[in-house]
Amino acid sequence: MSAATAGTGRIDAGAAAARPLRGDLALVADLIEPGSRVLDVGCGEGELLDYLTRVKGVDGRGIELSQSGVNACVRHGLSVIQGDADSDLGAYPPDSFDYVVLSQTLQATRQPRAVIEHLLRIGRRAIVSFPNFGHWRVRLHLLVRGRMPVAHHFNHDWYDTPNIHLCTVRDFVALTAALGVTIEKSVTLDHAGRPFSLDPRGELANLLAAQGLFMLSRRRD
Amino acid sequence: MISDRADGSVEEIARRPGHRLVVAEPLALDSGATLGPVTIAYQTYGTLNADKSNAILICHALTGDQYPAEPHPVTGKPGWWSTLAGPGKVLDTDRYFLIATNVLGGCMGSSGPKETDPATGKPWGLSFPVITIADMVRAQKRLIDHLGIETLFAVIGGSMGGMQVLEWAASHPERVFAAVPIATAARHSAQNIAFHEVGRQAIMADPDWCQGNYLAQGRNPARGLAVARMAAHITYLSEPALHRKFGRQLRNREAVTYGFDADFEVESYLRHQGSSFVDRFDANSYLYITRACDYFDLAAEHGGALANAFRGTRTRFCVISFTSDWLYPTSENRAIVHALNAAAANVSFVEVETDKGHDAFLLDEPEFFATLRGFLDGCAQHRGLASR
Repeated sequence: MSAATAGTGRIDAGAAAARPLRGDLALVADLIEPGSRVLDVGCGEGELLDYLTRVKGVDGRGIELSQSGVNACVRHGLSVIQGDADSDLGAYPPDSFDYVVLSQTLQATRQPRAVIEHLLRIGRRAIVSFPNFGHWRVRLHLLVRGRMPVAHHFNHDWYDTPNIHLCTVRDFVALTAALGVTIEKSVTLDHAGRPFSLDPRGELANLLAAQGLFMLSRRRD
Repeated sequence: MISDRADGSVEEIARRPGHRLVVAEPLALDSGATLGPVTIAYQTYGTLNADKSNAILICHALTGDQYPAEPHPVTGKPGWWSTLAGPGKVLDTDRYFLIATNVLGGCMGSSGPKETDPATGKPWGLSFPVITIADMVRAQKRLIDHLGIETLFAVIGGSMGGMQVLEWAASHPERVFAAVPIATAARHSAQNIAFHEVGRQAIMADPDWCQGNYLAQGRNPARGLAVARMAAHITYLSEPALHRKFGRQLRNREAVTYGFDADFEVESYLRHQGSSFVDRFDANSYLYITRACDYFDLAAEHGGALANAFRGTRTRFCVISFTSDWLYPTSENRAIVHALNAAAANVSFVEVETDKGHDAFLLDEPEFFATLRGFLDGCAQHRGLASR
C-alpha cells in the first residue's frame, strides 16, 4: 500500500460512511449516541468503529483477536489492540466507556458471564448481540437429524467450532436476571438481520429469532 | 548557553554527516552526578514545517546511531532503518522532519566514555558517569528545546529505542503527540539483564580492556567486545530463523575437522558479526548502554504501577511486537498495552507474525510497515498535517 492510496482512503471517508452497515451492526449503531466513548470488543476489520467514528463522531477503540483484523483497523487509523474478551478486559478501569459493544462474539468467549460483568464494569452500557441457539431450525435439525446443527451462524462442525458457549435468547435473558442487570433495549432479528417486533422474553421470539441484540446497563439501586 | 558548533576537532569525525549540539548547562543525572557540557550528535532528514508540527524523533537501539536513513559513515553500510525512513517511505522525509540523535553514552559523537573529559583532557573511560534511559531522554529534550519544537509529532523506536519512547511519553506527555514503542519492554527482565551481563563480562575479561582505560593505553578490547556482540546477536534471532539460514551447514568443507576452527556456517557468521562490530563500536559504550537498559524499570519510577506512568496522557500510542521475538516478547509489549488501557490511553497494538525474531523491527516486514503507515496517517490527520 502506498502513501497515496492510504491518503485516498481517508479522502473517500464520505463514500465509506455512505456504505450501509451489516444489518445487526446498523442496529447497534442506532443505539449509540453521537460523541460518546465506545469500545468494540471483537471489532473484526473495524466496520462498525469506522462508521461510528466518521458518522457519529465517537471516540472509538477496539479489541480484535485476529492479526489480519487488527492490522486492517490500525492501517485505517482506528485505535485497536490485539487481544480477546476473556483476557484483555480486566485492564480497563471502571466507567472508561459510555458503550461497550460485543457483537457476535459472546458465544466464542470462555467465560461469558465474567465477560458481561466486565462489559458493565468498564462501560455505562453494554450492547451484546449473539446467534440464537433456540431458533426453530436449530431445534428441528437436532430433533430430526440428531446431529449438531451446522448452518447459518453455526457454520462449523462441533469439534472445530470457536462457538463454545452457544445460548438461546431465553438463556441470555435468564443470565441478565441472575447478574441483576437492566435490559434497556432488546431486539430480535431474522436471518437477514431485519428486526421484528416480538417480545424477546417470549417463547415465540426464542423460536423465530436468528439473533438477539440487547442493550444492558447496571441496575441503579 | 546553547550553541551549535562545527563538527569536532578530529578530522575523521569532522567529515561525518550530521550536527552537534553542545549544551553548557550541566545535566543532572539519575545517579546523582552531573554532566556538563553535554554534546548531542544528531542528524536530521526532511524539512521542519513552519509551525514545527511535523517532527519525528527516531530513537536508536543498543548499537544504533544517528544515521537511520543514510550510509553509516564508518562502515558504509545502509542506514539501520533505511527500509523505513526516506522519501516516500513510511517515515516519509517528504512529509516529516526526522530527527535522530546518538544516545548519551554512545560512541558516535554524543557525550560518552570514548569522548574527552574536559576536566582532564583524557578520554572519560570509566570515570564517565553511569547513565540511564531517562538521562538519554533528558539529553534529547535539550536538543528538541534547542530546535524550538514544542510538540513532537511522533517519537518512535525499537528495542532500547522503544524504552526511550516510553520514557518520553511518561515524562513529557504534552510534548509527544504520538508514541510508537516497538519490540520493547517497560522494564528489563532478569533474562535481559543476564544476557547483558554475559556481554559485559566478556569485555571486562579481555586483558586489553585495561580496567576501562584502553584508549589512554592505545589498546582495544576487540576480542571481548566481539564475544559480547556474538552472544547478543543470538538473542536477536529466532531459532527457526537461525536454522533456516544455517542449519548444520559446514563452512567451505566436506566434513567436520575435529578441531575448534569455525566448522559450521553459523560459527563463521557469528565470528563475522563480532569482528565487524568492533570496527564501529566502543567497548565502554557497550558497558554503559547495556547498563542503562538494565536499570530501566518505568513502573518503579512511578510508584510500582506502570499505568501511573501514563495517567491522564493524551498521546496516541501504537505498540508493535513480533511473534518470534523472545528478547522482548509479545507478553512484555502487551503489559505496556494493558497499562495504557488502565490509564484509559488511546492505544493500538499489533503483534506481527514473523519468524525473524527481535531483529524483525530492523527488517523489511510488510505487515509492520503497513501498520505503522496507517497509524501515522491517522495521527497526521488528527494533527492536521497535510497528506502528501
